[in-house]
Amino acid sequence: MQFIRTLGLLLLLGVGAASAQPVSQHFYDKARGPTPILESTKPPVLGNAINDDVRRTRNYAMQPPIIPHRVDGYQVDKNFNKCLDCHARSKAEIYQAVPVSITHYMTRDGDMLAQVSTRRYFCMQCHVSQEPVRPLVNNTFMDVDALMLQSVRNSSPGNGKPQKKN
Amino acid sequence: MMTLLKRYWAVIRRPSVHFSLGFLTIGGFIGGILFWGAFNTAMELTNTEKFCTGCHEMRDNVFAELQSTIHYTNRSGVRAVCSDCHVPHNWTDKIARKMQASKEVWGKIFGTISTPEKFQAKRLELAQHEWSRLKANDSLECRNCHNYDSMDFTRQSLRAQNMHATYLANKEKTCIDCHKGIAHRLPHIPPGQGPSDSPGQLVPVPVASVAGKQ
Repeated sequence: MQFIRTLGLLLLLGVGAASAQPVSQHFYDKARGPTPILESTKPPVLGNAINDDVRRTRNYAMQPPIIPHRVDGYQVDKNFNKCLDCHARSKAEIYQAVPVSITHYMTRDGDMLAQVSTRRYFCMQCHVSQEPVRPLVNNTFMDVDALMLQSVRNSSPGNGKPQKKN
Repeated sequence: MMTLLKRYWAVIRRPSVHFSLGFLTIGGFIGGILFWGAFNTAMELTNTEKFCTGCHEMRDNVFAELQSTIHYTNRSGVRAVCSDCHVPHNWTDKIARKMQASKEVWGKIFGTISTPEKFQAKRLELAQHEWSRLKANDSLECRNCHNYDSMDFTRQSLRAQNMHATYLANKEKTCIDCHKGIAHRLPHIPPGQGPSDSPGQLVPVPVASVAGKQ
């Protein structure tokens, strides 16, 4: 009995020792790279935001469009809003910049104001510029256009499954 | 003592009796050079950043705001000091500005903007002075460094190209109409009081054919 108990204990220790082998030779994380958890990574080199003034397709209908130009040092405070200096509706003809939509003139109850609403005044709470970096994680999000396209494809005569189209 | 003074006064009153024409002429010439050099050196000292930021009104307000902007720190390290933008380079306008600066000495003595509240209250007026000066001389101080003819549009962003090729080319707008606030924070600008709204340049022509496109 004593012998079996000792044998069992030795077996457990052996298994424990075997599993404590370091398996971190091939550690790799998408955000950290190959640096182990206990070490500090070197931060990536800073870059500039994209500055090509090309409008990007939105991911969903009400997405605030990204800013396709650099906005370094733009003053947006209670004294002056540099964004509105070009993007105000009254400046559309001068600067040819996309004017702020009328949704920015609405209160939260849907009433229209004569000026940009205070809840939409600070542009960069919603609109951001983009750095030209690759996403860390693969994105499998499908917006409604992709879903509809997929359902149309599924209901094509090829596989004989008629689906209702909206 | 009095005899000494009387002797000096006699020479000063009628120098040509005591000194030769050559001495007086050449001595006056050299003295003029020395004076001019000293005068200019002293005046250029008042153009240095150290002098301008000697007053706490400038150091704690506008100089502090400048330090985060592109005219202070940028990738090439080429930077502007106070006088590069605020003091004209050609001599007559520079002297005129230096005479106007006596008002700033008054302001320092009497504390016109000696607290942040007083500074913010007067900020719009001071900014408008600068805007009207730049509009009147077509942003001459900007053009001291930023030469329009040397601008390489292919190196600029699309919207910069569009703006510079139209409004700057036909001189309808000047630099600070769009680039106001490039060096210091802007005060609240009531409608109609910004630099674009004030006269000082060519009358704007209808821009039905603006080449700007997105």
